[in-house]
Amino acid sequence: MTSSSAENPPEISPVERRLRAALEYLSAPIMIILNYFGERAIMLGNAMAALFRPPFRLRLFLEQMEFVGVGSIPIIALVGFFSGAVSAQQAITALRIFNQERFVGATVGISLAQELAPVFTGLMITARAGSGMATELGSMRITEQIDALSTFAVDPIQYLVTPRVIATTLIMPIMGMVFNIVGLLGAYLFSIYFEHIDLGQFSEQFTFWTDPKDYIIGGTKALVFGLTLSVAACYQGFNVRGGAKEVGLATTRAVVAGSVSILVSDYFLIDAFHILWPYKS
Amino acid sequence: MNQPPEPTSQPPAPGAISAPPGNPLAQRDERWQIRVRGLNKTFGPQHVLRGIDLDIERGRTNIIIGGSGQGKSVLMKHLMGLLHPDSGEIWVDGVDVVPFSAAEMGKLRRKFGMVFQYAALFDSMNVVENIAFPLIERYKLSRDEIMERVRDLLRRLDLENVGGIEKKIPPELSGGQRKRVGLARALIDRPEILLYDEPTTGLDPVATKNVDEMIRRTADDFGVTSVVISHDMASTFRIGDRISMLAEGKIVVTGGPQEVLASRHPALREFIETSGLVAPEGAPQA
Repeated sequence: MTSSSAENPPEISPVERRLRAALEYLSAPIMIILNYFGERAIMLGNAMAALFRPPFRLRLFLEQMEFVGVGSIPIIALVGFFSGAVSAQQAITALRIFNQERFVGATVGISLAQELAPVFTGLMITARAGSGMATELGSMRITEQIDALSTFAVDPIQYLVTPRVIATTLIMPIMGMVFNIVGLLGAYLFSIYFEHIDLGQFSEQFTFWTDPKDYIIGGTKALVFGLTLSVAACYQGFNVRGGAKEVGLATTRAVVAGSVSILVSDYFLIDAFHILWPYKS
Repeated sequence: MNQPPEPTSQPPAPGAISAPPGNPLAQRDERWQIRVRGLNKTFGPQHVLRGIDLDIERGRTNIIIGGSGQGKSVLMKHLMGLLHPDSGEIWVDGVDVVPFSAAEMGKLRRKFGMVFQYAALFDSMNVVENIAFPLIERYKLSRDEIMERVRDLLRRLDLENVGGIEKKIPPELSGGQRKRVGLARALIDRPEILLYDEPTTGLDPVATKNVDEMIRRTADDFGVTSVVISHDMASTFRIGDRISMLAEGKIVVTGGPQEVLASRHPALREFIETSGLVAPEGAPQA
């Protein structure tokens, strides 16, 4: 009986068949989205679980801090300086309409702390370190180096992904502060020496309007961006199948996914923070 | 201090599932070190392994031949526990390792060493760091102890005379040197079983012969059980003590070199004849 029912599954009516097909069709995008986030969440969960399990490889973590952080300082400083200067230029142009150029220090200070520093730092780290991570892990995958780790009973997630995710997450707020400082320097130099804004007014407005909360918001955003960009990069690199072409594609996907995740999560984070800490008026 | 163990026969790991009483597979066999029974593996719609039965002879060079895409590497990854079968049994020294947990599998892997097709050396490490990697990860040995064992292997594998070999990074090594460094890394923790994944792929005939000699000498000098995945028929008959052919997901022929050479199995005949090892049947004799 059992075998015959297995061989002849019960007939389903045409209406039911159409309903099932429609349901599958409609649920497909939801399944893709759930699958997308689910796979990355599982990798993040495994990487975090591995953090509390020996052996603890401090050296790997420090190497990644060096690669993601110290190695990125020149590009962060360069972009930070000109971003600060350009922001000051734009702010002065707008404020001059109302004869309020003195507020340039405050405007640039807040926007650097809350937005420009974490977002631009995230994008720079994605372009430089995220792409590097995806390429390195992808190359290790196609040359069987990741399989080799498994043959020595070394958990590849713990060895490769955990240090990268933790190092990037922790270094991002520090790099954001570097961006802030250099950006302010750029804004200051441009405002004082090119636009002849009064130094006292620049400083006074900056110190009056910017709060520690602006830096807390920026730092928290940088932490979240570090987590999302590193998970995106490690996931793409770790799951490469094929050859050199796929490694290239994984790197592209890592940069796109990292950048998009930064910009999308930025919107929701700043919304959440503005509910928590409304604007000063 | 956590010292690396000398290779010894080990009792069944805790948690290992016992075979039914009287199951001959559940006892350590002096002749067979690994016994595979009814191994099945599918990847999506692809049924790659279709009930593999295979015996690996202890202390000998066992070759598994077969065409590309027949599942040779998949079978090898199962032997080492890197893949989990859909069904079937893999008995290593009388213990079915298929139900092993990840931790038990980690311990089991110390019995194995694996030499990858293109060596799979870690690009970010130099030769010494690559070879010492298993020791560094598994034990707390002093630098001197590690270096002593690394240098011993470099000497035994004829690598010590390569100028500045210790500090070289993988891209600076030739194909043959990479294979030998990969072999040294696989041997450093004194495994009982050594797996080679297509070791002669991409090598010229002279380098191929050197690698064959290396495999043969390693089996003799280190007393390991060798399992070699290959589709190089000349190498197979040069070094193989026992040859098994994998075709369409099954072991279709197995035995000593002469038995295999005498087999009438069509897939094997085609394989041997197209390799040029023997003249096709019906071809004019020279």
